[in-house]
Order: sequence, then C-alpha cells, then structure tokens
Amino acid sequence: MSNTTKSKIKGGEQEAVIKINGLAKSFGANEVLKDINLELHKEENLVILGKSGTGKSVTIKCIVGLLTQDKGNVTVFDEEVDKLSEDDLKALRIRIGFLFQSGALYDSMTVRENLEFPLRRVLKLKDKNDIDKRIEEILEGVGLPDAIDKMPSELSGGMRKRIGLARTMILKPEIMLYDEPTTGLDPITSKEISELIQSMKKNYHVSSIIITHDIACAKITADRMLVMDSGKIIAEGSFDELENSKEKLVNSFFK
Amino acid sequence: MAQEIYIPTYKKVFEEAGNQVLFMFRFFRNIFRFDFEWNEMIRQCYMIGYKSFPLVAITGFIVGFVMTLQAEPTMKEFGAESYIPRMVAVSLIREICPVIIALICAGKMASGIGAELGSMKVTEQVEAMEVSGGNPIQYLVVTRILACVFMVPLLTIAAEALGLMGSYAGVNITGHVSTTLFFNKAFTSVSFGDLIPSFVKTIFFGFAIGFVGCYKGYNSDRGTESVGIAANSAVVSASLWIIVIDGIAVQLTNALGY
Repeated sequence: MSNTTKSKIKGGEQEAVIKINGLAKSFGANEVLKDINLELHKEENLVILGKSGTGKSVTIKCIVGLLTQDKGNVTVFDEEVDKLSEDDLKALRIRIGFLFQSGALYDSMTVRENLEFPLRRVLKLKDKNDIDKRIEEILEGVGLPDAIDKMPSELSGGMRKRIGLARTMILKPEIMLYDEPTTGLDPITSKEISELIQSMKKNYHVSSIIITHDIACAKITADRMLVMDSGKIIAEGSFDELENSKEKLVNSFFK
Repeated sequence: MAQEIYIPTYKKVFEEAGNQVLFMFRFFRNIFRFDFEWNEMIRQCYMIGYKSFPLVAITGFIVGFVMTLQAEPTMKEFGAESYIPRMVAVSLIREICPVIIALICAGKMASGIGAELGSMKVTEQVEAMEVSGGNPIQYLVVTRILACVFMVPLLTIAAEALGLMGSYAGVNITGHVSTTLFFNKAFTSVSFGDLIPSFVKTIFFGFAIGFVGCYKGYNSDRGTESVGIAANSAVVSASLWIIVIDGIAVQLTNALGY
C-alpha cells in the first residue's frame, strides 16, 4: 500500500497520490504554466480538458520528471519528483504509467518485443514462460491477442494506442497518465479506447489523469474534471457541473 | 510574462561542449554498469558493420587500384616500379584506409544513428523508454557507440586487405607480377609499428562516429526538420573529429617513434 497524503476533499477524506502546488514552467519567453494546483486521488479518473497549447501535456511531463518546473512542487506518493535521485526517480516511474499521444511504440521491434522490453529491462524477468504469459494476458486485456507478431507499422492508430497502453499496463502501475488518448481516432475507436481506460481503472485499480479535448472521452472516463486555459486551471467539477457552467470558455467545449 | 534570455554565441559554444562532456560521462557511467543488452549490441554490429561492408569493400579495392595506377608512371620514371607494393601497402595501412573508411563510416553510420535516434525522439519513443523506467542511454546509446568502436576497426582491416588486392589488380593491368611476389613485397615493408597506431586510431574514429551520431540524434529538437539537421550535423561533426583525431594521432606516433 502506498504511503500517500490524506487530504480533505468536499468534506470527505481521500488519499491524494499526486499533489501539485503552484506549478510554473516557461520555455524561453513562453510562459506555459502559471500557477497550477491540483490533486489526483486514489482510484480516481481526473480529466484535464483544454485547448491545444494550454500546458496540459507539460503538466503531466512534470509529474514524471521529463520536464523540471521553474516554480512550485510536484509530489507523487509523498515524494517530491524534482528532488529525487536518478535511481529513486526510476523506481517512482515504474509506479507511473504514461501513454503518449502517438502510442510511442518502438518501431524497430515487434509487438511482442515492445511488451517484453519493460519486463526484461525494468522488472528484470528472465523466465520466458512467465514473460509469455504476462504478454498474452495483457494483449487479451486490450483486445489484441492476434497482433503479437506484428510490427508497429502494420498497426492502425487505435491499435497502436492499445498496444501502447498494454506496454504501460504490463508493469502494473498505480497511476496512469494519458496524453490525448483519443486524438486522431474515429469516433468508434475513440469510444473503445475511452471504455478501455475505464476498464483499466476497474480491473487494475489505477488512478488516472487523462489529458484530452475530446468531450465524448471525458464523458465516459471522468470522475472529476479540470479545465485549463493559458497555463491556469479555470474550472473544476464533475462532467455535469461543467456542462452547465456559465463560463463561456468552459461551456464552449460542450457545444 | 517571462523575459527571454539572450545568450551570447561564445556561451552557447561552451554550453554545447559542456553538454557533450555530460553525455560522454553518462555513456561511460552506463558502460561500467555492465547491464547493456548484448542482443541489441549484436544487432547494431550487424546493422552498422555488416551492412556497411559492401561499400567499404568497394571503396578499399578502388582506392588501392587507383593509387597504383596513379603512382605507376612516376615510379616508372625513376625506375622504381618494384617499390609500388611497398609504397601502396604502407600508405594504405598507415593513413589512407583508416581515414577514408572512417569518413565513409561517418557518412553512413553517424547519419544513420543521428536520424534513427532523432526520429525516435520526435515520435516520443525515447521519452517512452525513459518514463517506463528503462534506460535509453544504456539501450540506445551504449550499444550503438560500442558497435561503432568494434566495427570501424574491423571494416578498416577489411578495406586494407581489399585495397592491397586492388593494387595487385592495378599492377597487373600494365605488367605481370605474381601474387606471391606482390604480397611478399607488400608485407615485408609493413611492421607492427605501422599496424598498431593505425589500428588504435580506428578505435577512436569508431568512438567519435558513434558518439557524435548518438549525441546529435539524442539531443535533436522536435519536428521532422530536426531529424534531417541531426543527421547532417552528425556527419559534419564526426568528419571533423576524424580529421582532428588523425592529426593528433600522427603527431603522437611521430613523437613515439613509430
């Protein structure tokens, strides 16, 4: 069981697995994040909605230490990410899954090798039977058992995202960060991916942050939602609360 | 609004040099973890070395052949045709093959590595490896640099052998020299003092090619344009490093009396 912070949310006590306070990040003159404060609770799906370029992806990259913030702090499982040593950061990253927008499959490897990679390199598993069993299980989980010997170039966009998700979930992370999981997909595949995100929460009890500007995806996956604009959080609430928001920008997402 | 900081060019040069030193430090630190993936390294030796063999073989053969044909009229004028095998052997082994093959490898390997890692960076594969707790330096960089360190000397030796065959073919276009006589003359003029420094410098050439290719690819920016820039600057920098290393190697071997 993770040693996580307990914080009072809406009158009840919920465990926060991620806490972000006063996060700010600039690239040269471009101030991408201004003052981000958020918490992700255990077994919660938090959807961050916003237009392109509002700093959603930068926020989750700060969570896994791919980017270092200029101000503020990011705490994951009570550990400040930017203060961790290289080995501690590596250990923390194993507990966090990250699904990239493109799936980011290693294109010189087959699907099997893509899934073997984290098992062999990160978990240091050697037993071939154990590895094969885990791969088959996770491929069943994402509904692509027949793709095992295919190259990434032979897969469609939706299949790549499923395999990307399988590669992340094979390490059984406690937190999942989804960077625009349905972007570039047709509505049917988008719905399948959104349902897959829900099933991951149900089956593996993960806490997730889902970055998206796809309202249909948000409707299926969100327990709670944040809306970002110009590097700031401008609204927070459930899907229904935000759908009925009087705020012009928030409302425009739902039209 | 954050202020854009102006960094003078000379500071950028130092910053780049510092980044390269840090990257080299990360490479050596990962080597001594002895955790690199042997299968990937063998695959890289195949991709980088074996697949470069036809190009290197043809180049080596033609260099030996052309050198002989070019030298022959002058040598004939001085009545020194019999020195052609010796002259060609020493020139090929000491200088011409190591440098030409290294420059060809810089064109093929450094650009290939730069473009491959650059496109992996653009498609977020390097970041995916990093966030999954894998070690991209270990898997992508160490394997490729070591493959270059192993394969460039081997390719150079192959090119030298084929260069001598090319020279033999060149000699036999105008006259007739037996195989035994030609190679006997060629090898009697070559000593360990010629072979060792030449071999050692090709190891450094291999390191420079692999290191520059990996550094440029690994640190490329986002966008498809940056893949081209990474590949191009990898070739230019690696070629420059080869020339600089060769200059230093010649000074050193002269100073050491080889």
